[in-house]
Amino acid sequence: MALTGVLRPGHLQLRVMDLEEGVRFYRDVLGLEECGRDASGRVYLKGWDERDHHSIILREADQAGMDFFGFKVADDASLEKLEADLRAYGVKTERLPAGDLLETGERVRFEIPSGHLIELYAHKTYVGSDLGRKDPKPYSPKFDKGIAPMRFDHALLYGPNVDKVLDLFTKVLGFHLAEFVTLPDSDVKGALWLCCSNKAHDIAFVVHPEPGKLHHLSFYMESWERVMRAANIMAANDVKVDIGPTRHGITRGGTIYAWDPSGNRFETYSGGNTSYPDLPPIEWSWEGLGEGGGLDVAHRKLHETFLTVVT
Amino acid sequence: METAAPRLDTVRRITLSESGEQFPCREDESLLTGMHRSGRKGIPVGCRGGGCGVCRVRICSGEYATRPMSSAHISAADRLAGEVLACRVFPRCDLQVEVIGPLRRRIG
Repeated sequence: MALTGVLRPGHLQLRVMDLEEGVRFYRDVLGLEECGRDASGRVYLKGWDERDHHSIILREADQAGMDFFGFKVADDASLEKLEADLRAYGVKTERLPAGDLLETGERVRFEIPSGHLIELYAHKTYVGSDLGRKDPKPYSPKFDKGIAPMRFDHALLYGPNVDKVLDLFTKVLGFHLAEFVTLPDSDVKGALWLCCSNKAHDIAFVVHPEPGKLHHLSFYMESWERVMRAANIMAANDVKVDIGPTRHGITRGGTIYAWDPSGNRFETYSGGNTSYPDLPPIEWSWEGLGEGGGLDVAHRKLHETFLTVVT
Repeated sequence: METAAPRLDTVRRITLSESGEQFPCREDESLLTGMHRSGRKGIPVGCRGGGCGVCRVRICSGEYATRPMSSAHISAADRLAGEVLACRVFPRCDLQVEVIGPLRRRIG
């Protein structure tokens, strides 16, 4: 099945409590490239292998967390169709004008039952990468500036009604469920790993009483060695680490969970399995999430911070 | 009450009122860092950036400085009542502290 409709995670707007401290962290420690600032003071960044204008937007606010998560769709026709499908399904949508985000076309925004704002858009300026599009270079100094992830990869969001989120993402937005975790002593799906591509996941959800919470935003590293290099850079810069370096059983990806200076958790993630829409999802029990190594293969336990620390 | 300007060579004594647990804390490190560095426990450790709210404490007595912390967890009224996040509080004298963080939330 070729990729159509929703293509990939395109942007995430993150709240930080001190903008310049946030910029210094995401630009100089994580190593994203600063690509612009808008009239309202938001700062735009991207990874070295990302070719659209930006993926991460920092906004200064008096609390941490995520403002919205945007997916790029194939074209204008896809945007129109998805907007119509959302409305037919009973979801209220609004349009944000082109240019509200730098170098980005019109966005269709809607709130999902977990309390998060999701956006779809068809256009963002192609700026390319340092490597070039024709006969790309093998190396850029940007590979070695800070932790230097290739790209923004996914986010894990916490909120209520994940059953309704599953229905919306699979029935309306064309996602498939790659893996899930059932709650203790039940067959209720309490955690979902969802894909619009055949990556390990493009967005994930865990059921949580408070709506609209961010568990982490994730950045893709080329290899496990790059994750270990990230661990050194975190230590040298006094970055607070939550879990890792280790490997998740779920998706099999290499990982470090750590916190930015405003307490937003981020992940440096590598590898991961491949998903296809025709395959039945991989199922994890609650015990599998903890002692089965679903969260942490090396330590095989359910870290308390995994369930309690969100922004 | 809140004041500014850390004295880096000055170590303050932090006492957790319920357990009586004590640990030293420099003026340039947060209560949570001081606790963590001395291998002590008592205040739940979360994001350590003022964002998640799990290290909520009430400062019963003493002066301290603060850094920005999430308004989703600490309102202006909370601050006046001495309720703050331990990861954003820097002591300016010995402090008596009560742990009032949210109960451990359970999933499901």
